[in-house]
Amino acid sequence: MDELVAAEAPEFLSDSGAPGGPGAAVAAARGLRRMAGVVPFGVYMALGLGAPLVAVAIGAFQSPNGGFTLSNVRIATHGEYLHGFAQSIELSVVAAVLPGILGLLIAYSIWTARRGSILRQVAVTASGVFANFGGVPLAFLFIATLGSSGLATRWLTDLGFNPYQHGFSLYSLSGVIVVYMYFQIPLMVLVILPALEGLRPAWREAAANMGARTWQYWRYVGGPVLMPSFLGCVLLLFGSSLSAYATAQAMDSGIALTPIQIGTFLNGNVVAGQQNVGKALGLGMVIIIAIAMGIYVVLQRRSARWLQ
Amino acid sequence: MAAVDTIAAGEPAAGPAQGRPRRGAGRRDGFTPWRWLILVLAGVYFLIPLYAALRFAGWGSFGSVIHQSGFTDALGLSVRLAVITTVITLALMLPTAVYVHLRLPRLRRLLEGITILPIVIPPVVLIVGLLQVAPGFLKGTSYLLALEYVVLAMPFAYRSIDAGLRSFDLKTLVEASNSLGAGWSSTLRRVVLPNLTTALLSATVLTVALVLGEYTMASLDLYQTFPVWIVVFDQTSGPISVAASLLALFVTWLFLLAITMLGGRQARRTGGGEVALFSVARRDTGRTS
Repeated sequence: MDELVAAEAPEFLSDSGAPGGPGAAVAAARGLRRMAGVVPFGVYMALGLGAPLVAVAIGAFQSPNGGFTLSNVRIATHGEYLHGFAQSIELSVVAAVLPGILGLLIAYSIWTARRGSILRQVAVTASGVFANFGGVPLAFLFIATLGSSGLATRWLTDLGFNPYQHGFSLYSLSGVIVVYMYFQIPLMVLVILPALEGLRPAWREAAANMGARTWQYWRYVGGPVLMPSFLGCVLLLFGSSLSAYATAQAMDSGIALTPIQIGTFLNGNVVAGQQNVGKALGLGMVIIIAIAMGIYVVLQRRSARWLQ
Repeated sequence: MAAVDTIAAGEPAAGPAQGRPRRGAGRRDGFTPWRWLILVLAGVYFLIPLYAALRFAGWGSFGSVIHQSGFTDALGLSVRLAVITTVITLALMLPTAVYVHLRLPRLRRLLEGITILPIVIPPVVLIVGLLQVAPGFLKGTSYLLALEYVVLAMPFAYRSIDAGLRSFDLKTLVEASNSLGAGWSSTLRRVVLPNLTTALLSATVLTVALVLGEYTMASLDLYQTFPVWIVVFDQTSGPISVAASLLALFVTWLFLLAITMLGGRQARRTGGGEVALFSVARRDTGRTS
């Protein structure tokens, strides 16, 4: 984190240092002093966020007695662990895109309600609560609802459609996705609402004045403006479902997921000599997140160019 | 002019709305049926599991939750962690956000980027690394948990405060205050803070909600916080465990609702922002952009 802050400094200095003014050294000193205000934050994040990640990255290449080894990485990228990565990514992509679209629709419906109306306040606060909901309570909600003898399952069976006879199970990947949507959709509503606020009604009016239909407004104005934020929010949802631990653990569905596998290592249930495989798995998750963020940056640049 | 251009071109969607006209004045499309359909479907999806869980728990369980063994200790620990986390978070994030807004506006982008990290980096990875690097005197205490919760809460706190700072002209107010002879502490206390009440409230609520619901780190660090207790107690009595989690859900929600309404009332009085949990949107102040 410190390097990031420092790397930003020259750019800032070149901006503030008046040409032909005080010497470069004075300007640099002033710039550094200005940076002093963000030092506590930078240090805290370096210790609380940077240091643990560095420790995981180093540990991924350490054998139990401290020497360098690649065996952790090798184990983490084969067999059940590779399968865990694949399923985690599959789950996270679906549990990001689907709630992303649904959440956008819901957020738009909320946004069109009058500001300060009861509907809006209830919906927004409820999103805040549900977005933080997870773990055993959430698992229980859905076992009572869509478990093999759950309430909704019984209703559907009475209607002549037993989901369990049509390939659905709460403990399959599709079941876990349905459960994850319970906190993913509200999270999407929370993070996309500010972006919707950025849609100026004047644009809509201008489009209407020039004879644009609703779909044309969304195709050429609203859509492109929303796209970068939408992609960013979907990326956030991807990260959120990739890291979901409590819910996956509580569902106990038997689906191999990387966070659960890492948790197992921390709980001490490990084969001797493989103590650091958990860290290699952790490093793998961080790399997946980094790749996802890289894709997001590229997509956002492209859509920004499209905007101009 | 340059500043206006940057805002318009650089972050068309990220900034809070400016100059949104009153409802009905400019908006042609009303509340069409398909929007109702979406909201009703969403309501069904979110309410049926709650109803199913209520039926599973039964009304009797709710009364007996607080008498269960371990309940008070777990809730006490969670509340203590929430208080420590909130105090540190606000003490760290408020000065940083104000400072960046006033002196280092170019860093805002970078800070926004950093605030994404704790949301997307898996907590399970963080706790693995943290237990590795934490100094010994912190490892055996629950303070380590509180210190790390600050990192988890930082995105929500920073974004709330940042949005609050954008909702009024901080720079002009601070300059006016300084030119009238007020010192820094006086400016902060009498000019900046009163304008940020709503933002700080929403930052506090989000932080508290996060700490009261966090399970992954607490369970892997072997502390029996409230969410961990709910899971452990599930072995003793399923219905009471479900009742406890429903109770926590409703209490948090009522709390949030109360603060939103309080914030709305304050906003009407001062012309400040509306709490939107993740941001505080600018109210229509007739400014054009």
